[in-house]
Order: sequence, then structure tokens, then C-alpha cells
Amino acid sequence: MSELIAFLEPDRAVIDRRPAIIADLAGLLPDSCLITEERELVPFDTDAFVSYRRMPLAVVLPETTAQVAAVLKYCNDNAIPVIPRGAGTSLSGGAIPQEDAIVIGVSKLNRILEVDFPNRAAVVQAGVTNISISQAVDADGFFYAPDPSSQLACTIGGNIGMNSGGAHCLKYGVTTNNLLGVKMVMFDGSIVEIGGKALDAAGYDLLGLICGSEGQLGIVTEATVRLIAKPEGARPVLFGFESSVAAGACVTDIIGAGIIPVAIEFMDKPAIEICEAFAHAGYPMDVEALLIVEVEGSDAEMDAMLERIIEIARKHGVKTIKESQSATEAALIWKGRKSAFGATGRIADYICMDGTVPLGQLSHVLEKTSEIIDRYGLRVANVFHAGDGNMHPLILFDANDPEESLKAEMAGNDILKLCVDAGGCLTGEHGVGIEKRDLMRHQYSDADLAQQMRVRAAFDPKWILNPSKVFPLDRRNGSQPGNQSAAGDDRTAA
Amino acid sequence: MSTTDIQYPGSEEEIARIVLEASEARRPIEVRGGGTRLDLGRPVQSSSVLSVARLSGITNYDPSELVMAARAGTPLAEIEAALAQNNQMLTFEPMDHRPLLAASGEPTIGGVFAGNVSGPRRISAGAARDNLLGVRFVNGSGEIVKSGGRVMKNVTGLDLVKLMAGSWGTLGVLSEVIFKVLPRPETAVTIAVSGLNDAEAAEAMAAALAMSVEVSGAAHLPESVINKFAGGSLKGGPATVLRLEGLTPSVEVRTGRLVAEMSRRGTISVLEGDVSAGLWRDIRDVTPFADGTSKPVWKVSVAPSAGHQLVAALRLKTGVDAFYDWQGGLVWLRMEADSEADLVRQYLKALGGGHATLVRADAATRASVPVFEPQPKPLEALARRIKDQFDPAGVLNPGRMTVGM
Repeated sequence: MSELIAFLEPDRAVIDRRPAIIADLAGLLPDSCLITEERELVPFDTDAFVSYRRMPLAVVLPETTAQVAAVLKYCNDNAIPVIPRGAGTSLSGGAIPQEDAIVIGVSKLNRILEVDFPNRAAVVQAGVTNISISQAVDADGFFYAPDPSSQLACTIGGNIGMNSGGAHCLKYGVTTNNLLGVKMVMFDGSIVEIGGKALDAAGYDLLGLICGSEGQLGIVTEATVRLIAKPEGARPVLFGFESSVAAGACVTDIIGAGIIPVAIEFMDKPAIEICEAFAHAGYPMDVEALLIVEVEGSDAEMDAMLERIIEIARKHGVKTIKESQSATEAALIWKGRKSAFGATGRIADYICMDGTVPLGQLSHVLEKTSEIIDRYGLRVANVFHAGDGNMHPLILFDANDPEESLKAEMAGNDILKLCVDAGGCLTGEHGVGIEKRDLMRHQYSDADLAQQMRVRAAFDPKWILNPSKVFPLDRRNGSQPGNQSAAGDDRTAA
Repeated sequence: MSTTDIQYPGSEEEIARIVLEASEARRPIEVRGGGTRLDLGRPVQSSSVLSVARLSGITNYDPSELVMAARAGTPLAEIEAALAQNNQMLTFEPMDHRPLLAASGEPTIGGVFAGNVSGPRRISAGAARDNLLGVRFVNGSGEIVKSGGRVMKNVTGLDLVKLMAGSWGTLGVLSEVIFKVLPRPETAVTIAVSGLNDAEAAEAMAAALAMSVEVSGAAHLPESVINKFAGGSLKGGPATVLRLEGLTPSVEVRTGRLVAEMSRRGTISVLEGDVSAGLWRDIRDVTPFADGTSKPVWKVSVAPSAGHQLVAALRLKTGVDAFYDWQGGLVWLRMEADSEADLVRQYLKALGGGHATLVRADAATRASVPVFEPQPKPLEALARRIKDQFDPAGVLNPGRMTVGM
């Protein structure tokens, strides 16, 4: 199959040294933490962006920060690329390795180290899953707010790498707004601690920079995250509309009226059908667009808020209103939404876009999206976080058909450019990875990218950390290996 | 310095030209907005000043998108007035430093973000940095750079937006900022619990934040300062104040629940309307220490339950007055005489870490005592490398945050 996205040319010299490198790694950490057999390496050859695969040189799964540091120092000293990996749920190819790279996975760093309720903080290792934090503090009435759809599997380390969001970030923010501190291994094996249980850290906002840096600045091994008191109750309500435009206008008016529900999710008809067939959540089948609006609080609070939301929805000709009557029903509604990607995967291959647009542009972008999809003769299911403009068109295609696969990727690129042109961005929560790397120049000027790359180089002078990701491969900065031109000259070809 | 020494560029391109010239000549420039926070930070060694005050105006605002864009020199007052007209607000409640620093001038929106200036709602709505979505700036080489955008979720590339927030003009000259705005709450009330000592107050605040009532402000005002808040209307000794905001029926329900829990701890009074609003303004602006003196004032960020321990330890050694915001995690200290920087930072470290900023002190003190918390060596080295990547000639606000940076 032809590939639209290129990887860096693997360093033959590194690959040729494989046996020696493996022997060296074996001296740095226990045998049980080192994977070198081809059969066992296969699960690491891609992430959730499955159209691209590369076998790594080896995988290490360290049990301590010190082991991470030892491996990273070794790789930096020997100019071996390193691919940090959480659970491998990245939708943008952020964790896809390359033939000359060592994968450092954090899956064995899976302990919750401390839960501190008076300070509303939890200290966890990077391989802890997102959901397990909330589970650990649930009985005490707290939760960890960011809730990506992959929360059963994805790790907090991966969440930090991608600055993950979720359905409820309209109210609670994304990872960067809920992260208090990290312990991180730098390129040279030194270990730094940034932030802690205080709300703000000193100096430049390194925490903010690290969050969402896609594993290019260091490897986070521990995180201090903020805990929030659980709401007394939560109630998702389904609102069915006769058109996507009406649903979009309703979202704008709810927010314009000063009401910020905890989540507003949008699904179009194809998405409703796919999710209902999978989850049997009771979604209305006779509507063109569906909003899941979730409110929180005591019953009296939720009633008061819903009353106002229903009034607004009526103005937009809402066809169906269905309140969940029990916790089981509420869970089903969310199960349907959160399994949208998985459910889609049962009926077709798909790629999921992640552009974000200003709220006022939602209807326009939806309309243009269907035009693009029609032009390529494909199908699309739209499911997204309407409250914050983060769109997730799922482009359906047949991966066995090389021509259709290529069309799907091209349609995806057109949709992302559309999002940028509408005043938005390429990715709201999935990250750039390899998927959107070559579109970066559509959003950023050379000066913008050069500034980012210079900052990157301040953390990783040899560009060994996740080197094929985020930044277009051509015109990279001077600080890449083998390229000694002055930093800031962005006209040099890699 | 006479005003003729100040350059007021009217466009981003003009900023770029001025900075480029300065960088080629390796001539430091002091970057400022409205100049209301000039006395916060180390004195900048520079003979030339660049003010963005004339780069002004709201550039994009559609209330239903919950986002506003404005040129960096736009007066904060203009921003807040435009938001108020649409029943919206800056949710992070930026502090006005003028009373505390006895400064004049108009705070600008660029200055607010350059200083990451936040207020009491920081515990529920985030800091200024959490609400900053996009920036345009001129780096130290005179290049115009943008990062982020005008959407609420954006992980496209490295988040230079966060780096610019709180960098005090040392990494770039902000020319435009894009930020999140939110509806004003329909109702706000304050539940005041009287009679708690600092340690009891810390427990009470932690208990309140552990309840599902969405406290949007949690402060403790010890007896020594209580009469300086809300025009002296709080009676009955120290007050622990908890703010609830939102839709009226919702606030009523939550008030009932919070009062029921807190009445076991102390005497309750409920403040509403202007009294409540004025109280939180006083907390935000550190009114009790806006005393016209230059007695050193510290802003200490610490784990919430450690704040009162820090104050207790300091009291055994030196003359200090204090009150607490952010559930106890933000401690405002006014020292009687010396800044006691070593003592403050030593105790802070012993209590598990955090950081202390010397928000007010005379220029001599600010030149000799690190105003911002000194960083551990590896982090300081990293900060220097970052500074070099934005401002290789070292011309933007040199020394404002750290000596030689």
C-alpha cells in the first residue's frame, strides 16, 4: 500500500549495531523489562493509527524512573531514536516507532503513589490508566476530570504527552488544566521535578509546555494531578433535531444564554445508527442530529438547568427529548457515545479527524465536510464535542482498497485544512503525531514552526525523542543530528 | 525617565522593527504594557522602553463563541466593559496590582497575561494561563510568531502560549492575545464561617472543597486583617469565606448544603450582592496590605494544607501578617521589616515545596533578593536555554525574572 506520510530514513548504522545495542540494554535493566523477539515486538509496531506500522529495534518496559534515565542516557549518548509509549491508544500515530528506535513503554510504572484529599491531589506513575485514578478516589467522593474515550486503557503519561481532553472538558478543562506536577527524565538521563501540590509552579511554565509535547521533550515517569469533588449527580439528556444546522444553532444559544453544561456532544444520523446498533442506548432513530447534553448537581439543580435548556431546544424545533431515568440508562447513553470509534470500526475501516473550529463555524464546517466527503465518494459519520467546537468526523473506507485508503487520507487532509481556514486548528485533543505533521505548515508560518523547533531543541539537542513526529520532515531546524547549521535557520533541508 | 524615552509602536511590524534594531545593537529594552506592575520583579537594566499601550483594541469578539481577541495594549477596563455588556467576564479574576504597589496607569490585557495574573477563582476556573488560547508576539530576534488560536481545544504543536503566560516579557513582546471568556454567574453568595483559627480554617476549606457544591473562592482572613475587608463589615473575629456562584436555584441548593456542613464549625453569616463582590475584590487585590508602605509583601504558592504551617513557623521568628486565598494554597505575607527571603524559602522547602514571589519591596531589596523563586540548577539551565531560543541577544526585559536572563 502506498503511504502518504513519510518517516525519517532509518539510520542504517544503528540498525546494524542491533545485537550490541540489545546487549547494552540488557545491562541497564532486568530481562523481564526488555523485549527483542520479533513476535513480541509486533504489538508495538503501531498505535490506534493503524494504517502505519514500523517495527522498533527493541522495546523496554522500565520499572523505575532510574531505569528510564539509564536507557535514555544510553540512547542519547549513542544517538539512538527513542519512542515514548503509554498504552498505544494514540489516534495520530504519536507512538508509532521506527526501525532504528527503542520504544520506552511506561506500562510497568503503574502504581498510584499517593492520594492526598486535603490538598486534592494524587501522585501517580506515568503508566497508571486514566480511569484507575478516578476509581481509586471514587469512594471518597472525588474524580480525575479529563476523560478521553480511551480512558479504560490510556495512561496518564500518554494523556500528558497529548494533552488529552474528553467529553467533560467543557466544564473541567483538559489535561493541562488538571496537571499540577511531573517528574520527568530529560534527554541526557537527568531527572527533573516540576510543580507539585501547589497550584502554580515557579519560573517559566514548563509544565504547560511539556503537556501536549508528544514525547519530544522528555519522558514523564510520575505526575501529580488535581482531584475534583464528584458532582452529586449527573444526567445526560438526549435532544433529537431534524437537521444538523438546528442542533448546531441550539448549542450556540445554550452557551450564549450563559449556561455551560458539563458536556454537549453531537452525533449525526450515521453516527447515531452506528452507536445505537452497538450500545442499544435508546438513541432516537428518526432524527438527523442528536445532542447529548449533560447537566450535573443535585436533582433540584439539574431540574432548574434542564428547564432552561429545554426551553432553548424547543425554540430550535427539537423533535425528541429523552432524559435518562436511571444511572444504568445514563451509563448506556455514554457507552454509546464513548464507543463511537470502536462501533464504527465494526462496520468499516475509518480514520478520525480532530480539527477544532470556533463555535460559530460549526454549521458551515459540517456542511463543507459533507461536500468534501461526497467529492471523494466516501461516507462520513460525525460525532464530536459540540460545546468546544472539537469535531470528529469519522471517514469510512475499505482498507483493503488502496485507492480508497488514499482517498480517505486526502479527504481527511482537506477537512483539516477547512478547519484551519475557518479559524480553527488541526487537532483539538488527538495530537499531531505523524498524521497531521505535514499539514502543520497550513496552520503555522515558517517563523512559528521555527520557534517551536528551537524550543524543542532546548530540551532534546540531538532530536532523539520521537523524532518523526509533529514537525514536517523538510526544513527542520539546525539542531537535528547531522545538521549543524545555526539554530533558527529554518530553510535547511533535513 | 522622561516619556520621550518611551517608544509606543502602533503596529506589530513596528514592534518587530524596534526589537530587531535592539537585538542587532544588543541594546536591552524594557517591555511594558500599562506600567502598573513595573515594581514587580527585578529592576530591568535598560535605557530604552517599549510600551504596547498604543497597540490597542478588541479585534474579535462574538459572545456566543466564548472567546475574545485583543491587541496587547488594550486596557483591561475596556475588555471588562465589553464583556459586562454581554453579561460575560474574565473568569480568572485578574488582580489589580495598583493599590498594593501604589502604582498608577491602566493595566493592559497583555500585561495581565505576561504576568499570569489571576485571582480567587483560580481554584475553580484556572489561572490566566489556563484561559489564554492564543498569542501573537515578537521574539527577541524581531520575528513575528503566533501560537495557539481562537478555539478552546488545541494541541497543534508545542504550547508556546503557556510559556508566554507568566514570562514577564522576557521571551517575546506580546502583540495580540486570544482568551476564553465565560458567562457571568447569575448569582454569587459568600458563606462566612467566623471564629476559626488558621489550622481549623484549612480543615474547613478542605472540607468545603471536598463537597460537591462547587466552591469558586475559598479564603481565610485572620483577625488581624479582618476589618480591612468589605469595609469592615465582617464581625466576630477571623472569617473563613466560601463563595458559591451559578444559576440562582442551584446556588440556593448548594448554599443550604454548605451552611449545614459549616455550621458545625463556626458561626455562619451569608453575604450577598455588593458586599460579597466587594469582599472578593479586596481578597483579589490584597487590600489589607495596600497600606501605602513598601513593607515587603510575599505571594506564596504552596500545598493548601501547608499554608498555615508556614505562617505559624514564620511567626515564631519574625514579625509577619498574613491571610490566605486558594483554599490556603496562596498565602499573602506582609513582613514587618526585612523581607526574610531565606527564612520564607527555607520553611517553604521544609513544608514540601512551592514558591514565593516578592511582590512588593523597595528597588534595592528587589535588586539583591531573588524576587522569583530560585529554580533548582537543572531547571534554571533549561530556562536559560529556552530564553536563548526566544531572545538570543538577551534584549527583552533582561534580569526582570532572574539575574543575567
